Amino acid sequence: MARKTHSLFDRSILFPAIRESLLKLNPVHMIGNPVMFVALVGAFVTTCELFVPSRGESIWFLLQITAWLWFTVIFANFAEAMAEGRGKAQAETLRKARTQTTANLKEPNGAIRQVLAESLRKGDTVVVKAGEIIPADGEVIQGAASVDESAITGESAPVIREAGGDRSAVTGGTRVLSDEIIVSVTANPGESFMDHMIALVEGAKRQKTPNEIALTILLAALTIIFLIVIMTLKPFGAYSGAAFSTTVLVALLVCLIPTTIGGLLSAIGIAGIDRMIQNNVLAMSGRAVEAAGDVDVLLLDKTGTITLGNRQAVEFVPAPGVTVEELANAAQLSSLADETPEGRSIVILAKQFGIRERELSDFEKAEFIPFSARTRMSGVDLNGERYRKGAADAVRDYLGGKLPPEVDSTIERLGSSGATPLVVASREKVLGVIHLKDIVKGGLPDRFERFRAMGIRTIMITGDNPLTAAAIAREAGVDDFLAEAKPEDKLDLIRREQSAGHLVAMTGDGTNDAPALAQADVGVAMNTGTQAAKEAGNMVDLDSNPTKLIEVVEIGKQLLMTRGALTTFSVANDVAKYFAIIPAMLVGTFPQIYALNVMQLASPQSAILSAVIFNALIIVALIPLALKGIRFRPYGAAVILRRNLVIYGLGGIIAPFIGIKLIDLLVKAIGLA
Amino acid sequence: MNLMGWIQLAVFIIALLAVTKPLGVYLTHVLDQDGRTWLDPVLKPVERFTYAIIGRESTTEQDWKSYALSVLVFSAAGLLFTYAILRLQEYLPLNPQHFGPLSPDLAFNTATSFTTNTNWQNYAGETSMSYFSQMVGLAFHNFVSAAIGIAVAAALVRGIASQKTKNLGNFWVDLTRVSLYLLLPLCILYAVFLISQGMIQNFKPYDTAQLIEPYSAQVAQKDSSGQVIKDAQGSSVMMEQRVETQSIAQGPMASQVAIKMLGTNGGGFFNANGAHPFENPTPLSNFIQMLSIFAIPSALTYYLGRMVKNQKHGWSVWSAMFIMFLVGALVCWWAESQGNPRLSALGVDSSFGNMEGKEVRFGIFNSALWATVTTDTSCGAVNSMHDSFTPLGGMVPLFNMHLGEVVFGGVGSGLYGMLIFVVLAIFLAGLMVGRTPEYLGKKIESYDIKVAALAILIPSIALLGFTAVAAASEWGLKGLNNSGPHGLSEILYAFTSAINNNGSAFAGLSANTPLYNTSLALAMLIGRFFVIIPVLALAGNLAGKKAAPMSSGSFPVSGITFTLLLVGAVLLVGALTFLPVLSLSPVVEHFLMVNSTQLF
Repeated sequence: MARKTHSLFDRSILFPAIRESLLKLNPVHMIGNPVMFVALVGAFVTTCELFVPSRGESIWFLLQITAWLWFTVIFANFAEAMAEGRGKAQAETLRKARTQTTANLKEPNGAIRQVLAESLRKGDTVVVKAGEIIPADGEVIQGAASVDESAITGESAPVIREAGGDRSAVTGGTRVLSDEIIVSVTANPGESFMDHMIALVEGAKRQKTPNEIALTILLAALTIIFLIVIMTLKPFGAYSGAAFSTTVLVALLVCLIPTTIGGLLSAIGIAGIDRMIQNNVLAMSGRAVEAAGDVDVLLLDKTGTITLGNRQAVEFVPAPGVTVEELANAAQLSSLADETPEGRSIVILAKQFGIRERELSDFEKAEFIPFSARTRMSGVDLNGERYRKGAADAVRDYLGGKLPPEVDSTIERLGSSGATPLVVASREKVLGVIHLKDIVKGGLPDRFERFRAMGIRTIMITGDNPLTAAAIAREAGVDDFLAEAKPEDKLDLIRREQSAGHLVAMTGDGTNDAPALAQADVGVAMNTGTQAAKEAGNMVDLDSNPTKLIEVVEIGKQLLMTRGALTTFSVANDVAKYFAIIPAMLVGTFPQIYALNVMQLASPQSAILSAVIFNALIIVALIPLALKGIRFRPYGAAVILRRNLVIYGLGGIIAPFIGIKLIDLLVKAIGLA
Repeated sequence: MNLMGWIQLAVFIIALLAVTKPLGVYLTHVLDQDGRTWLDPVLKPVERFTYAIIGRESTTEQDWKSYALSVLVFSAAGLLFTYAILRLQEYLPLNPQHFGPLSPDLAFNTATSFTTNTNWQNYAGETSMSYFSQMVGLAFHNFVSAAIGIAVAAALVRGIASQKTKNLGNFWVDLTRVSLYLLLPLCILYAVFLISQGMIQNFKPYDTAQLIEPYSAQVAQKDSSGQVIKDAQGSSVMMEQRVETQSIAQGPMASQVAIKMLGTNGGGFFNANGAHPFENPTPLSNFIQMLSIFAIPSALTYYLGRMVKNQKHGWSVWSAMFIMFLVGALVCWWAESQGNPRLSALGVDSSFGNMEGKEVRFGIFNSALWATVTTDTSCGAVNSMHDSFTPLGGMVPLFNMHLGEVVFGGVGSGLYGMLIFVVLAIFLAGLMVGRTPEYLGKKIESYDIKVAALAILIPSIALLGFTAVAAASEWGLKGLNNSGPHGLSEILYAFTSAINNNGSAFAGLSANTPLYNTSLALAMLIGRFFVIIPVLALAGNLAGKKAAPMSSGSFPVSGITFTLLLVGAVLLVGALTFLPVLSLSPVVEHFLMVNSTQLF
């Protein structure tokens, strides 16, 4: 996805949104939102009233009220259109990337035939050469290539896609930069990742989340109560000798029903998904975004999430009678054939001891023994000397079962501090120990501390032994860890946490992560991961950055907070509206009630008009907040509740008193009423 | 607002706090099917015998539908039973005054009223009810309707406290145990205390006393059929009547009054209710009666805390109720102390406050406190005439009921009503902590919101609807003694009291007419059962949920923030729904009184 973000009131979004907000007046569309539907009916009724001979109220006043009621509805539609507009703009960018392509279909008999990309079906095999666009989602079955995935991720650095392993998935619409790969198609046209993504950002398939449904029910209930309040006000008025005009009653109704939250509700939901997209996380549903807010356990893989991908050599500890330089030399020699990142870091560390970097080709007579998972050692046989480097017990076995006691104690010391000791030996002699250390990513302990304050527990998953795991867990500040974990242990852990009532989020990329990703309440699959992982999760991180899980949770929480804050604000607003409208309605019949006009509004007409105008404008005023979300602060629930109640609850009571008064002054000054 | 008043208020609050915990702890034993109490040796056999009669198999755990069905069946049977007694009382024993049957609509109204724990009385006990009707037909309901309220509250609390179950306990067991272990023993003790204060308890026919100062009165002349004779202008023909004797009503009162207060029933044995010297003989009886109204509702909050293993939550709910009680009591006391400015203008000493309609023995403070207590709860017993309160003083009882009887509220009904508000408040504000709203770890989802909203929506609609119809129709206006805003207050008060199952009357409204009897009875049924059914549905749904463990990210259900949030939610819903109609009744009446010379 183009990482270009759209500013809040971008022209390319603004104008279509205005058009859209009028089209959305269609009652069939509006009925899904009971609050705004009632407002729409109200606007319609007052419009009809305009044609009935007016009783007492001036036509100019009725006209203004009617106009503002229509604006109320249109502003609400506008908020929704704005939120959708940003997604639509992004979808447009994606569509452009998905130009017509042709594919080199490989027939079963080996012949290559040019076909249109749309005609490809699941199971077809295609050949993609350098410079070509991958025609469909698929799995690399042969070869390796560097691929430019910027169309999806916005990241310009190419990535490697190769057959076998966890980096075999390719996405239709991305471009092969070098080499040639053979891809087995895994998605039919219209079901591809790109299609899916377009539909998601456009919000075309958006469904109300459970939470939105519950809130809509509550808002509908409030609306019904206010309907009854207003309907019964007519007979009560008749009893009291006060004849309330229908227009005024409708104005009061529209002011009282929670139009502010009713108008912004869907915009908030759309904006939540949109914020995920801006973070390059593709949430498969609004429900997943909400679930992210509810999560209270994070499963974090140690490697790549908590620590930098690989361990690094940080120290050489020589055995008695061996110099550091001797050890460094042997360590480097024995690691030349070790292509793992750990091996390379040993070579680099050795350079600090004055040993120049050597290449394999420097040694013609040498026989290199590459690192293998089975022997857990690497080494070199050179000039009759055999240098070996490897895990402590592997080297111990190699030497026939004994290590010097000093070396043993070094191994134990390093092991208990969470580091990984590697032992270096020559033919008969132990030369020393290499200290390999996991490097914890910067800033994590702070973030985990913030999570703890929010009641979220972090659990580190690692294949390391418990001792190492405990040390890293301590350093990173996670709450708990699962050591010596096998892929199936992850699934068990999730099930265990869930049965204790927790909601769990995790990230994963491999095929063996898929069951756990599916089981987790929020499963974020890495875009570099396998197709199976992407399908199992309910979010995809296009940046493939596992630490992003933290942002995902924050965005989810922010979405829920925004919805709650605006609901509270909307309901609290009603107090002031009563104080504006009720005295205005009664003062004609009972002049003594003037004392209730606490805002000292100029006249009954201006009071009612000001309340209606405030009610309409507040929707527009809050659109930026609805789209951007309220500020997220990582505190405990009690603190956040107190804070937000003061800002949006108390503020919601006070703000309209000020707002209505100001509008009233303006209305009076320019003589609207 | 004098010092004696402040001291009494303080003593009242301390006494209330003192009974809350012990009674709450006792409730946890009573409401546990296997709970033990020190009354077991005496009452266990009675309990077993009861189960033997109704059948052991009907004492197994029930899901919410089965529980609700039991409540409805039992209430319907009780309603019919009492209706029959009231219609047939002349053929039944203990009727020394030989009262005839109540009219069908009055009997329906009265039977409904007692079945729903309302005790709205469109009759005067001493001039229409036999002792049998009072003791069997009515007092029976005083016990069981209170027990039903407590049972439903317990079912809801169990639903909140339990996990992944359908069961809410058993209605018949709850009914039996609450009646046997809680209400019966307390009432026996209480009645003995009341007798010690001078309250009557007998089956005697009414006494006749010679007046020391006979007097003459103008009364309307009636023809042989009992109809008032009207002259050509339509006004009654008056005649002078010499009054030399007074009939003094008697009856088994102490036993009735004990459960009337403790079960927040409120139906007076006599028409004058707690203002009658027999029904409220001493300052101490007055104090204890007020305390006994609050006792069980207050203790139930402690029970809540115990059951959900979060005593702070229980106390927070208590505090929310207490704050609203205190503010109401102070406003009412203040308003009544001010007296009537129009009378002051005429040179009447206003230092005693507004004494119209108040019993001199109790004075301003005890009348105002009683009025607040009786309308905070769904009791409805009165010791002064709320109709004669100043507009603002009278608005306090009215608005207390508008809050839905959740300020301590009726026995049981107060707690379950308040828990509905807890659910709604948590849902409204809970999103703000950045999680799906949770109540004690249980997610509040659309079904919960649906039923909670219904429990508030239906009574509100019915209340406003009935009042509007009555205020706009001839039959509704005919019963009014007062015109203008005060008349609207009277109609509003009647339906408010009926819907919220309070039962106190603003008086001033002659509601013993077929249409009022019937509409008020319907209002009472709606206000009772259309709350109980959603409450049990909520209980059933919550019971089936799994509770997430509490953490610092969970919604805090205790502490000042939560308490104020709950108060805010209750006040906001009440105010938003009823402010418009209130502004046309007591509010406007107040301003007319203060800013002009109009009185109603």
